[in-house]
Amino acid sequence: MSSALAPSPSTVPSPVSTPAKLTKKELTADHPTWCPGCGDFAVLAVFYKVLEKSQIAHENLVTIAGIGCSSRFPYFVNGHGAHFIHGRAVPFASGVSLSRPDLHVFVFGGDGDGYSIGGNHLDHGARKNIRLTYVIMDNFVYGLTKKQTSPTSPVGYKSKTDPAGAVDRPVNPIKKLIANGATFIARTHATQVNHMSAMFTRAMTHDGFSVIEVLSECVEFFPGAFDAGIPRKGGQFRTIDERKGDGSPEEAARHDVTDDVAAFRLADEPFPGLFGVFYEVSRPTKNALEQAWVETTRAKFDGASDLELLQGTFNRLK
Amino acid sequence: MISTNSPEGASVAQPPDRAHLSPATIDDAVIRLAGNSQDGIQSIGGFLARLAGRSAQDVMTYMTIPSTISGGPSIFQVRIGSGEVLSAGDDADFLVAFYQHSYDEHVDSLRDDGILLYDSDHVTPNADDRRIKTVGVPITGLTVEALGGTAKDKGKNIFVLGLLARIFHLDADKLKTLMRERFARMGEGVLNSALMAFQAGYNYNVGNLLETLFRFEHTPPGGRAQITMDGNQALAYGLIAAGVRHGAGYPITPWSSVMEILRVELPKYGGLFVQCEDELAAVAMALGFSYAGHLAITGSAGPGISLKTEAIGWASMAEMPLLVINVQRGGPSTGLPTNVEQSDLFQAIYGGHGDSPRVVLAPATVEDCFYTPIEAAWIAREYSTPVFILSDSGLATRIEAFDEPDLATQMTSAKLDLTPPPEGYEPYPLSRITRHTPPGTRMPNGKYPLVTGLEHDEHGHPTGSPRLHMAMTAKRRDKLKRLADTLPLPEVFGAAEGNVLLVGWGSTYGPIREAVDRLNETGDAVGSIHFRHVHPLPNGLEGIFANFRHIIVVEMNDEGLYGCGQLATILRGRYCDPRIRSLTKTDGLNFKVREITDRVYSLLQPVSTRE
Repeated sequence: MSSALAPSPSTVPSPVSTPAKLTKKELTADHPTWCPGCGDFAVLAVFYKVLEKSQIAHENLVTIAGIGCSSRFPYFVNGHGAHFIHGRAVPFASGVSLSRPDLHVFVFGGDGDGYSIGGNHLDHGARKNIRLTYVIMDNFVYGLTKKQTSPTSPVGYKSKTDPAGAVDRPVNPIKKLIANGATFIARTHATQVNHMSAMFTRAMTHDGFSVIEVLSECVEFFPGAFDAGIPRKGGQFRTIDERKGDGSPEEAARHDVTDDVAAFRLADEPFPGLFGVFYEVSRPTKNALEQAWVETTRAKFDGASDLELLQGTFNRLK
Repeated sequence: MISTNSPEGASVAQPPDRAHLSPATIDDAVIRLAGNSQDGIQSIGGFLARLAGRSAQDVMTYMTIPSTISGGPSIFQVRIGSGEVLSAGDDADFLVAFYQHSYDEHVDSLRDDGILLYDSDHVTPNADDRRIKTVGVPITGLTVEALGGTAKDKGKNIFVLGLLARIFHLDADKLKTLMRERFARMGEGVLNSALMAFQAGYNYNVGNLLETLFRFEHTPPGGRAQITMDGNQALAYGLIAAGVRHGAGYPITPWSSVMEILRVELPKYGGLFVQCEDELAAVAMALGFSYAGHLAITGSAGPGISLKTEAIGWASMAEMPLLVINVQRGGPSTGLPTNVEQSDLFQAIYGGHGDSPRVVLAPATVEDCFYTPIEAAWIAREYSTPVFILSDSGLATRIEAFDEPDLATQMTSAKLDLTPPPEGYEPYPLSRITRHTPPGTRMPNGKYPLVTGLEHDEHGHPTGSPRLHMAMTAKRRDKLKRLADTLPLPEVFGAAEGNVLLVGWGSTYGPIREAVDRLNETGDAVGSIHFRHVHPLPNGLEGIFANFRHIIVVEMNDEGLYGCGQLATILRGRYCDPRIRSLTKTDGLNFKVREITDRVYSLLQPVSTRE
């Protein structure tokens, strides 16, 4: 996390915070407005847990969201937060991340917000490798507006906008993210708390654009959508067997998380597909690249003050 | 206009040398350069403008750029004066025509007795035209001769600069210094060629062909140093002076150069400007910067602002400071992308969904383009609100010289403030103006604020309460009324009372002021006011209106279905005064002074005698 865009030298440092660890009590805000049984409750619970284990100072936690059921997330976390407009949470969060290396920026949203109206921003946030963690609670349906087809609704899904069944080929989020250049891509299931927790922890510590696709059931409009991934309901929760570097004979069959072509192939497994880390590489973040440019530029001006810099420019315009 | 002040400069035919020996002294000249855009006529204009600025002369330029990618006819007009230059001039005193089409298109822009300087290698003027004086110089041939065949005809713009320097007795040494500054980084070869072309033009004995040469009236020294730049540069440097260190944008004419300058300049100050994937991301990222505690800029032209309006509505609701520049062009849609229009005023004030009050400021001159962002940033921070700066393509492409700002008093600190708020802090208090608390600020009571686009209570919790929506809507509106209470009344120029009051905003400032002068010269009593604060308007305008019989609002947009331009509609709505009438146009060009004076006369005719 040291490679982020440093604040300008005139920045007033944040007052020293008491390093007390965060507890669920401190992190809890409004009671969630989600329907009873909604998968998003489990995501929230895991987020509290992961924060409790982290060393984040309370004032440096930022949660940002667009619009949708899952995008209500920031209201339920007691921390600095912003509830922005539909689809634009990623560029908003990018502005926060790029200008504030001291903050931990989390974006929460759903499939409509992330893959449809915000699809272009997801592409470019990933391509620029902006340092933030984006949790996409995918329920395969528009829930807040009450059951319209979403970009991940499977073909045949009957919604108010496709009463005879959805006809459009759904987005494959993992393939989209690999193609766009996200540097950490994981997939998990809201009923698999331990797995979800592990994915969150890895995403949070990743220096770059980290995305977690969470299958999170909408009990109201698409009940049972993800039962195929729940063992106790007769489904299969198949996790990705990552390479361990142990030199064992099994190693060759394991997944190399730095291999985008292999990740692409894994992402093509039929529903419910695989869970775990598909892709994880280290590539310079935009935060680091811009910071490096700031530093080389400033070095040329030998500590000149803002006033001296602008006066110098004006002298050349005389 | 060129007026021959010295008796020796009389226009009877004189021996060539005499003209060289005793130039006519002039106080003002309008020079139009007409060629193709790849000929570098903008750089001749730029050199002339900068020279004028360094000589403490006033200067204003005007140019047209073809909307083709490369090539196409282009003009650059520069007006240099010893007194105050307010507009780029209606008619040219001097026209340089590089091609036949330049001559054909622009010869009518020359005033009677004006001088045409043409490239005799390309142009055959009408020999029977006695209205103007003509001087043919084989510009292309002489440039090739001076630089050698490999240069083709590149450099003829600089050759012409040399000719102009001779004709107008410009300071050749200062011009060479400017050329060194401009060309040095392109390499020794380029600089030497430029200096050779300049010298060839300067040594050409143009005095054999022209009966009079000219010299600008001496400007008394002692004024503040002048700096010379265009409106977009002034906006960018104004933002830097205002302490703005972050921004995001997307390319669109005529806004792009603001973005290009900030992208290069801000890192020097520890800041960052990001080119985004689209206008929606640009405004969102700018709001992210602002939310993070760094007041940020985004900008565009009308079509891009349309895309940003949803997020600007969020800024009104969430009460987030933000600066938005609109460098207006002809619309709607792609419209006239390289022409000027003031047709985005409604968009700036009302564009968007819901009741979303925001502040709108409009610079009147290039100098204003520097100072407006400083005021805009202050208002955005103080009132926690989005603030629009409405410039236009006329200001963006115009070069002016103005008094060097006193940066020591104008610079604003760009410090990030993470001071914990006092106990009892609420993000959206009903009784006070909102103060944004950026993330990283430790909250003493342990309760962290959420900024939101949902209607909310004072703590930021979502609410559907009719009472709260009414109260919060009124709060967001009333803070702009508090701002209006602090705004100064615009100064009345010309007659303080009398027959006609001309009202303007934005880049029409110069032509309106010249029109006032001309109308008063005819014995009429005419005044003008110019709004820099367009929304909210300052209080007390009715007192000014009461002093005049007619109120005519001059603006470059359409009169609409009900006969009123955009500002006129707003003034009528506020003052319900039927004396407020509109003088509008939509030809995509800056106002000529004559267009204003003629139309004022025709508006004042009794209805029955009007066309």
